[in-house]
Amino acid sequence: MALSPILSARNVAKNYGAVAALKDASLDVAPGEVIALMGANGAGKSTLVKILTGAISPSDGEITIRGNRFKVSSPADARRAGLVPVYQEPSLIPDLNILDNLKLGSTPVDPFRHWLDELGVPDVDLSELARHQPLAVQRVIDLARALASEPAILLLDEMTAALPANLVDRVLDVVKQQKPLDRSVIYISHRFPEIAAVCDRAMVLRDGKTVGDLAITDGVEEEIVELMLGDAIKAKKRAYATASVKEVLKPRLEVSQLSAGSKLTDVSFDLRAGEVLGVVALEGQGQDELFEVLAGMAQPDGGGFSIDGTPCRFKHPADAIAAGHVYVPGDRAEALLMQRSVRENIAVPFHTKPSQWGLIDMAAEKAKVDAAIERLQIDTRAQGEVQRLSGGNQQKVTIARWLAMGFQTILCFDPTRGIDVRTKHQIYPLLRELAEQGSSVLFYTSELAEVQQACDRVVVIFNGRVVDQMDAEQADEPTLMRAAYGLTADDTLPEAAQTAAQGTVT
Amino acid sequence: MTAVSSKSNNWLKGLRTLVRDYPIIPLIILLLGLVVALEVMRPGIINERWMANTVKFAIPLAMLAACQTLTMLTGGIDLSVGVAATVSAFVAASQLTVLGPTGAILVALVPPLLIGLVNGVGVALFRVHPLIMTLGTGLIGTGCLLVYQRTVIASGSSVPDILSWLGTGLSYGVPNSLIIFVPLAVIIIVGLRRTGFGRLLYAVGENEEAARLAGVRTWQVLITLYVISGLIAGITGLLYLGLIKAPSLSLVEPRVLPSVAAAVIGGTSIFGGRGGYSGTIVGALILTVLATMLTVMQIPEGTRRIFFGLIILGVTAIYVRLTQDR
Repeated sequence: MALSPILSARNVAKNYGAVAALKDASLDVAPGEVIALMGANGAGKSTLVKILTGAISPSDGEITIRGNRFKVSSPADARRAGLVPVYQEPSLIPDLNILDNLKLGSTPVDPFRHWLDELGVPDVDLSELARHQPLAVQRVIDLARALASEPAILLLDEMTAALPANLVDRVLDVVKQQKPLDRSVIYISHRFPEIAAVCDRAMVLRDGKTVGDLAITDGVEEEIVELMLGDAIKAKKRAYATASVKEVLKPRLEVSQLSAGSKLTDVSFDLRAGEVLGVVALEGQGQDELFEVLAGMAQPDGGGFSIDGTPCRFKHPADAIAAGHVYVPGDRAEALLMQRSVRENIAVPFHTKPSQWGLIDMAAEKAKVDAAIERLQIDTRAQGEVQRLSGGNQQKVTIARWLAMGFQTILCFDPTRGIDVRTKHQIYPLLRELAEQGSSVLFYTSELAEVQQACDRVVVIFNGRVVDQMDAEQADEPTLMRAAYGLTADDTLPEAAQTAAQGTVT
Repeated sequence: MTAVSSKSNNWLKGLRTLVRDYPIIPLIILLLGLVVALEVMRPGIINERWMANTVKFAIPLAMLAACQTLTMLTGGIDLSVGVAATVSAFVAASQLTVLGPTGAILVALVPPLLIGLVNGVGVALFRVHPLIMTLGTGLIGTGCLLVYQRTVIASGSSVPDILSWLGTGLSYGVPNSLIIFVPLAVIIIVGLRRTGFGRLLYAVGENEEAARLAGVRTWQVLITLYVISGLIAGITGLLYLGLIKAPSLSLVEPRVLPSVAAAVIGGTSIFGGRGGYSGTIVGALILTVLATMLTVMQIPEGTRRIFFGLIILGVTAIYVRLTQDR
């Protein structure tokens, strides 16, 4: 830190109306330094990235590059200032060939070639359409393109997420090569081994604030995890009792060695009748694909699953529903007919088969719909159009639909995301109640604290695999956080955290 | 100042809510306004005979517009209705002497059903955009019709009596075609509100992915829909045959775009998910009265079309502005 920083962000904040996405973030990057930017889901990481790269402008705070105050109002500004990002999703235009893609950004070809060689994919044909390249190659091309523009600061957002191990090593090598060139790298990743391998320091965000700036040393992982957790380490007392004896129950859904897409590589677990099984994973570890396969929206590439011992394969969500598997997607807008009434939204599954296309028994339908509305306590003052309901009530409608229909297994993908606390605390006991009545609930959540509030057991997925399974009693936030980051389960918690956790659970 | 503006805002807001919740009311007011304007322009024109005539011509247009309404609810459109209707008229006219009236009418409905089926398969299974798909089947249908036309010239054509009676006849001053139209309209209006299939049209049109997630196999809905659309177009063709008496290639084709306009004026969104048939019926009446009005004004054909286009654009723009959420 003797060198004066090339990039310095001071007290950066971003508000969307009354909501603060970022409260107070500061970051210094010295020339030739590799900085890890870390934070749990919703900590404000992506907001900070968007601000640094000029996609959005901050509500408050100051950013300087080489000591000059700098106002980035567009991604082009950021590039001119020497900050070049490589995002998670490939940014090549799929229907242009690679050479034309390079021309678009005025990228010189020779250095681009040089970096492709360095990155371990020397034989790319530049006249090929970008979309004919495998995903991993597209990402490497993105990186080579960024490097060819000789950025002063390179921002890598989950660069290694879709790469095979050999390419990951090359990427890490190339990142290290930037150091002697005095180029800086902001490295965003969930993978501690990579961070340990290439980063000098880690900047940790929590709840929109910078809470730590640590040098990378042995064992710093635990410290980072603690920082990311903050107060949450004093785990809240369990709000709802979970059913005690579940071992006797037979598995309803057995998933074995399931793989799909580029992210879900090998997942196996059992979901028993009468239990709520939590799924915990960082963003993009394959959980989306898992739920899509189980809900009949996508096909597995390998492995499979069976229900009550019978192997199943769903070609359409209708097949899943017929087998008693119903799905509540993470994005409410995906499931709802926003312009239609609450009643019609709840009743959609009643009319899906051609034999149900005739006249509707309005009285019978109303009875079923009203029962579901009653059970979920949906506020129906604005029931004429679902889009006029609050987020929490909209979410309840997506669940009410399946309550009215009946099911054996409900797959809930982050059902409490972005809804009010009151509704959350109606959804947890509802899930418990459903389990008590014999249904199975698979419950992915991005809020670790919810595991102990609603689940019996939890599986943790990292990098497309189940890396840990445990009973909810053991699944306090520190344990889950470490597991979610792929840290080995045998690692013991630092003493302070352990006592803090014990102190509150009892 | 502020009080006044907020008052006028409230008034506008109230109007908007009214239009949103009962879109048919302003349409009926517009229709009545046009009729009054016509009476002012040409006093005495509005009588029983005029009304019967207007209804007689509005009915087949409203039926074609039913095809548009239903397909538009799913975000589609059916441009092949003109050809489907014309084919059905041709077949009925040419087969009458061979098969008798019942046989001729039944056989006449086969080609439009086939066109609908092909549309449905293309749209639902091959995911061809409905505009392109129905344009394509329409062109193919026209080609087949050109070939078939020789048969008609060779064998001669005549109109089944029952169709003439339906198309032009009046009973107690009321057009006979209402015998077909009233039940059809009731089936569509009730069907859209009170049947599973009707609900699914709205669902597929508003959010196809959501419908799929809820377990709807959308291809089944779409194929059925386009077959129904073809059937209604076929029936309409028979009605036009009875109304105009002479089958020709341009029997229905010029009515296709007005049928789209009738549905749009009637408040059905071309983006799907919003609308209904009662508005379409009023829309068809508005267009028919409008056509009379422009004829009465004795404006040359060119100017008349320009006016026609401007009025459709104007009505639609106002309507969309009023019903949209801000």
